[in-house]
Amino acid sequence: MQLYDMTISELSTLIKERKVSAQELTRAYLQRIDEVEKQVGAFITRTDELALQQAGDFDNNPVDKPLAGIPYGLKDNICTRGVRTTCASKMLADFVPTYNARVAACLQAQQGILLGKLNMDEFAMGCSTESSAFQTTSNPWDLQRVAGGSSGGSAAAVAAGEVAYALGTDTGGSIRQPAAYCGLTGLKPTYGLVSRFGAIANTSSLDQVGVITRDVRDCALVLNAIAGYDPQDGTSANIDVPDYTADLSGDIKGLRIAYPREYFRDNTDTAMVEQVKRALHEYEQLGAIVEEVSLPYSEYALPAYYIISRAEASTNLARYDGVQFGLRDLQADNIADLYANSRAVGFGNEVKLRILFGSYVLSADSYENYYLKAMKVRRLIHDDFTRVFENFDIIITPTTPTTAFHRDEFRGDLLSLYRNDILTVPVNMAGLPGMSVPCGFIDGLPAGMQLIGKPFHEKMLLNTALAYEQVHDYYKARPILGGDK
Amino acid sequence: MALTIKEVEHLAILSRIALTDEEKELFAGQMSDILKYADKLNQLNTDNIEPMVYILPALNVFREDEVIPAPPREELLANASVAEDGYFKVPKIL
Repeated sequence: MQLYDMTISELSTLIKERKVSAQELTRAYLQRIDEVEKQVGAFITRTDELALQQAGDFDNNPVDKPLAGIPYGLKDNICTRGVRTTCASKMLADFVPTYNARVAACLQAQQGILLGKLNMDEFAMGCSTESSAFQTTSNPWDLQRVAGGSSGGSAAAVAAGEVAYALGTDTGGSIRQPAAYCGLTGLKPTYGLVSRFGAIANTSSLDQVGVITRDVRDCALVLNAIAGYDPQDGTSANIDVPDYTADLSGDIKGLRIAYPREYFRDNTDTAMVEQVKRALHEYEQLGAIVEEVSLPYSEYALPAYYIISRAEASTNLARYDGVQFGLRDLQADNIADLYANSRAVGFGNEVKLRILFGSYVLSADSYENYYLKAMKVRRLIHDDFTRVFENFDIIITPTTPTTAFHRDEFRGDLLSLYRNDILTVPVNMAGLPGMSVPCGFIDGLPAGMQLIGKPFHEKMLLNTALAYEQVHDYYKARPILGGDK
Repeated sequence: MALTIKEVEHLAILSRIALTDEEKELFAGQMSDILKYADKLNQLNTDNIEPMVYILPALNVFREDEVIPAPPREELLANASVAEDGYFKVPKIL
């Protein structure tokens, strides 16, 4: 087994036992990136020098921390002091943050090794990385297909063995969907569990930072490092955070699992439905109680999400005016043109569309019909989940309606492209924790199953995911890339 | 509900984004499609539903008004396209 195929737990043991140094490990990963990056296109910025320096510092002065010496990557909307952070936008192509995002500081404090900043849809608006101003990331399982998005670079880099794990952000599925497409474990924590200080805002009432790893234990390890109260994030939850790795047994006897019928029909492929139903059957055999339920307002989540996310994005992105940071039209001789032209050149089409749409639903004439209406529907969706969780511990659905799609498959058909988020969006609308776990392959492409939990019940999600991992080792499968023998 | 080019032009002014004629047409079409889909929400009666602005209870979060270290001025200005004498520079406004 190659170093780049290993989990964090395995690598951490090697480092602790001094069988490999952080510098050796970092060089192995850098070599791996050299071999496969041309095919995958996961990185916007590589930080080779910084990585070797961090690895050297660690080797000279090793600390006993779970993520110490482990190479990782960050989605490029997570601010890193002194390292360019672009949001995959021309607008921020030269933006160098003067501070670290809270989560970036957490991983640095663990003495992790930052290998670089990863590709995404521009400002995290999309589900395929095709809206990135720089490149489209390929799915390591099939280079003609997308890695998903918006955290597509994060998922592809982990799947291709370019980093041991990555952080992403998830507004409507942007961690879970790419994790599913790339055969990985992806966790979007409960809204408020992980600080968003320094994570560049898309939709503030939905955005959450989370984790993409190769297996469940790794996911718990990274969550341990980043979860917890941060006074610099006004929406951070002031709660006691448990050790997510403790008591992970995979014992789920008596666990009450619900599967909502709305997620297993219409938009979801038959093969995907079968795959997840098989997993449900296996949970039953492991001692769980599995029952069908209804989340009747599910079908309204996506249209309500369009309205809320665009409205919030249009206000969040108002800060890009070309003055204090970001791209600026140097020709403009008055302030109105400076704003309008800088934004015209700096933003791509999807971002412009969302800002315009957001401005529309927030304008006086449509506020009540659209924005207010959507917020009311959001409550109905939230209450749907609350009702089911009165009698159940976990909800299980497919993560995505299909496996990874082809590049350009939805060119010119925006509504069909957006529909890839249909099974993940409701979880954000309700602020719940959601996780995608590999549950097999359909025609050689990874399929993901989504586990949804009660607020702040990440531990139960992880344990439920582990139970499945103990039965199936889909998570061990690795794609074969050009450099592989 | 279909949006006209004129409406898109108005939104572009509100949004401070200069659009080409091609873009106006593209966005008018795309926004109309999305609005049509969003009209699905009108199937629901939401008369007595309290809007959900945030998942967490809407509370103001306060902290002590203490001076904390800020990033160095030069580093902040380095991200601006045009700066002069320690200030951001913009075209004449008045």
